[in-house]
Amino acid sequence: MNLFCVGLSHHNADVETLERFGGNVEIDCLLKNSGCAEALLLATCNRVEVYGASEARISTLEVARCLDRRIDPPSLGYGAASSHVSSESAPFYRYEGEQCVRHLFRVGCGIDSMVIGETEILGQVKKAYEAARSNGSAGRYLHRLFQRAFRVAKYVRTHTEITRGAVSVGSVAVDLAQKIFGNLPTCKVLVIGAGETSEKTARALVSRGVCDLRISNRSGERAENLAQLTTARVVPFETWSNECREVDILITSTSSEAPLLSRMKLEPMLRERIDRPLFIIDIAVPRNVDPDVDALDAVYLYDIDSLQSIAEQSLATRREQIAAAEQIIAQHVAEFDESIGRGLSRLAQVSEHPQVDETSLRPSES
Amino acid sequence: MRFNFVAVGLGFIFQTAFLSVRGHELGRCPITNLFEVIIFVAWSAALFYMVIGPAYRLSLMGAFTAPLVVLLQLTALSLPIVQPHRAKLPPNSWLEFHASISLVAYGAFALACIAGVMYLVQERQLKTHHLHSIFYHLPPLTDLFAAITRLLWWGFGLYTLGLASGFFVGEPLPWVQIVCATAVWVLYGLILQGRYLHWFAPKRVAALCVVGFSAALTLLWGITFTGQSHTP
Repeated sequence: MNLFCVGLSHHNADVETLERFGGNVEIDCLLKNSGCAEALLLATCNRVEVYGASEARISTLEVARCLDRRIDPPSLGYGAASSHVSSESAPFYRYEGEQCVRHLFRVGCGIDSMVIGETEILGQVKKAYEAARSNGSAGRYLHRLFQRAFRVAKYVRTHTEITRGAVSVGSVAVDLAQKIFGNLPTCKVLVIGAGETSEKTARALVSRGVCDLRISNRSGERAENLAQLTTARVVPFETWSNECREVDILITSTSSEAPLLSRMKLEPMLRERIDRPLFIIDIAVPRNVDPDVDALDAVYLYDIDSLQSIAEQSLATRREQIAAAEQIIAQHVAEFDESIGRGLSRLAQVSEHPQVDETSLRPSES
Repeated sequence: MRFNFVAVGLGFIFQTAFLSVRGHELGRCPITNLFEVIIFVAWSAALFYMVIGPAYRLSLMGAFTAPLVVLLQLTALSLPIVQPHRAKLPPNSWLEFHASISLVAYGAFALACIAGVMYLVQERQLKTHHLHSIFYHLPPLTDLFAAITRLLWWGFGLYTLGLASGFFVGEPLPWVQIVCATAVWVLYGLILQGRYLHWFAPKRVAALCVVGFSAALTLLWGITFTGQSHTP
């Protein structure tokens, strides 16, 4: 049985190409028209891949035509496509046998993702597998392959730091808040300024369970709008400083040229809440909070630079972990090949694209 | 976390077996010299970890507890091991209770010290914005502070019970021992008072737990030294 993967990803295709080949796909056409025994479609915003198992060789073009939204699947004609990319010219990559196994393991671990080590992809792979299993297009070969991929992903996550830390400013802020307060649903959050960044951070906190959200803005109307979107309470801009006595997290993102919060202003308020930490996220440029505030006990001040620096640090750590993850994957590929997929390596030799780089496994063009 | 718990648990079983055998040979609670006292404190720290660790779900608590227990055990082993022999006088049950419950309180203080170290490590990383690998494994600051507070209460409560039972021993205790024991009680009382009256920020409470336990261990040395003639 020949295991293969044909697909497009963010590495080699633009959004338009992914959209064209990613949606409304008739996976059945692969099974029915091409003689493919098993097939599974993985379609995310960053990749469209078909994993298949067949006795006969299914060409990349056949798969591409099945994925092409502009071609009526039953007809499998050639004339409908008029985009800058056609089924023939789309940069599909193809992996067979051992390379296909390795590629799936890398995808599941998040090594092949746009944001290295992101964990969402594993959920998407699981969902794709469940869909294929329920409609009967995935059989025993794909079942074994994907079950193994899930195990490998779990093992890599546990034994490396590939998923460690947050890699975006919003998620770094949320991670830090969790490391200070633990239980976010009980935290009181005040957002000063109703800009886009404060909205994103507020939304990230709400998504982690924050219930008590307060918004203050010079323009009451914008504050009301953001409050409606995030089910928050509006605090008049003139009285926001009084809230510092009871809030746990303060997010500032106003366009004020002068600092809104100084050490002198905050210190008396902290005396009443000395045993409760205050996490200040200052995402404004110029900064809204005087850096001297950070010297106060139980106050943790992070500006946009420090949040970005942590995000970059996490990303660097994840990149460093790729080698360790690849090593684990290589072992599992060998084991899979040995125990289950005997003969896969032999089939890989007849790969349509033998020039695939073994070390990086970057997508090869069709 | 599970590995840490199992490792400390195994050590705790061996310590319990040792103290049990020793106590059987002595015919009383095995806290008759500095060697036994230190092992008893290490056993108490492990006991508190076993009881409190799972309840508070503090990750890495075991990883911090184990080195302290090992350090205490090594300190004990570096001391001359006195062969156990049965005391000529019958055991004084109040004196045994007074000494043993006070040492169990030391176990709580030891764990408060460990939680304090964990708090200081985590706090330092948050303040300096330099997050190391350990940052992602340590518990949140508020959880650690809650654990410190509870452990301080446990330790203070048990120590107060130990001190109070000292009045029923029925024989005069050396004044150095009384002064040292009272000093430890006052020290932890002040830490708790300062925590509730907002004298100290959480970071200072954590630091005081470390300083307090170091001071308490030093005073324990003095208490045990002067108390050799009053072995329970």
